[in-house]
Formats: sequence, C-alpha cells, structure tokens
Amino acid sequence: MADGVARRIDIEEVDDTTVVRFVDKRILDETNIQIIGNQLTGLVDEDGRRKIVLDFGNVEYLSSAALGKLITLDKKVKAAKGKLRLCGIRPEIYEVFAITRLNKVFSIYDDQEKALEGL
Amino acid sequence: MARSSNKSPTAAGSNGRAPTAEELISVSIPSDTAAGQELQERIIAVLESLNYPPRDVFGVRLALEEALVNAIKHGNRMDPEKRVQVECRINSTQIRIEIEDEGKGFRLEDVPDPTQDGNLERPCGRGIMLMRHFLNTVEYNQLGNRVLLEKLRGDE
Repeated sequence: MADGVARRIDIEEVDDTTVVRFVDKRILDETNIQIIGNQLTGLVDEDGRRKIVLDFGNVEYLSSAALGKLITLDKKVKAAKGKLRLCGIRPEIYEVFAITRLNKVFSIYDDQEKALEGL
Repeated sequence: MARSSNKSPTAAGSNGRAPTAEELISVSIPSDTAAGQELQERIIAVLESLNYPPRDVFGVRLALEEALVNAIKHGNRMDPEKRVQVECRINSTQIRIEIEDEGKGFRLEDVPDPTQDGNLERPCGRGIMLMRHFLNTVEYNQLGNRVLLEKLRGDE
C-alpha cells in the first residue's frame, strides 16, 4: 500500500478467510472510493488472498461508483478461482443492490457467521 | 464562487411549523468532488433540520452524490475551468434541485440499461437508475447538461 494513504479497510483473518470491514460509514466520495478499490484489489493481487468476506455492518451509504469497485473485485476473485461473499448489509443498501440486480451477481449473507459457513 | 442563501418567512401554522417557508441554496462549485461533498452536506443538513424521514435523507443524499459526480466527471470531464451550477429549494414538503454543468450534454438513450444481463458486470452506468428509484422526478433538459431532481416528503 502507498505510504501516507490511510487504511480504509480493517482486516481480520478467520482460518484461511479474510474478513474485511470498512472504516467509512459513507462510501461516497470518488477519491475515497478509488483508494478503497485499490486496497480491496490489493488483497487479491498483492496478498494473494482467495477467500474474502466483506462485512458492510458499518456502512450507511454506498454510491454506484463503489458498486463498480465491488464488481471489479468480484471479477478478480473469480478469475483467481477464489470466493467473495458480502454480509451485514442494511435494508436501504440492500435496496441499492436489488434495484441494480447486483444481488444476483454477489453472494450476500445476513451476517458474518452465515457468510463464513462453508467457505 | 457565487453563494446565496435566504429563507422566505411566512406565518407559522398551528403546529409552529411554517409549511411554505423555503430555503434556497444557489451556488456554483468547481469540477471537484470534494466541493460536491461539501454542498451535499449543506443540503442534507437542511433536510435533517426539517425532520425529513431517514429514507428520504438516504435517497436524496445518494441521488445528489450521483448527479454531482455525473456533472463533474462526465459533464465537465473534471475540467478545472468548468463549473457546476446548483440551485436547491427546500421546504417542509419538498426538495427541488437543479444541477447544470458546462459540458456538451449526452443522450439518455445512449446510456445502456445496467440491469441487462450483458451489462450487469460493467463497473459503471447505474447512477441515473439509482436516482430515479429514490426520487419522484429526474428530468434532463434537451442537451443533457442540466437535470432537475425532486423529492416529495415521504411517510415517516
């Protein structure tokens, strides 16, 4: 990760799965989304992680640009024959996924425990 | 940067709230997403002071973000010489925002449907769809460089 860029994701290892929580409640600002996107794809490209759970428990807002970064991450994980799961998504945020039909693209679980099952 | 903000005073109703009092925010911002964020905060603060329901606040914030980013990134192409004009009127029953960029415009019919199978995995193209879902009105002018957004106050 570049020096001087604050970490926008918190990482926890659970067995061989990486659980990621977002530092920001609002994933809106374009510049911030770029940074988050880089830190997420870095998990796959640089760290070689193959099992990732994204926990949205802290997230109150998500823009379409952020959805774009998630799609890019999903493609990378699939290309690396890994698994990506999302969890802890609030109702309004889930609505954003449902309206854009991305709830069909991503594997979405209620909470971390369910997301980690069978990974 | 031109800024003006004024309230239209009217007599208070029986509940102490003046239903036709209106806040006007009229600004010109540079093609810079940080300036867009700052304006977003200003507008949302007014909605919250008028106790708009959480879902309305969520929808307007999201739509504002999408529309301002569209104006800055796609309309003005991040050109620092170009600005975005925003006029926002808010009262206790409705919020109305007009956003105009200095770009060449676009055609709505050229924006592909992001929910079509072939487009689902594209990283962009969902902003307008999200705006339309959360607001009552999303209307572009002929050229495509100005959009009108309206949200009527929802139920609690």
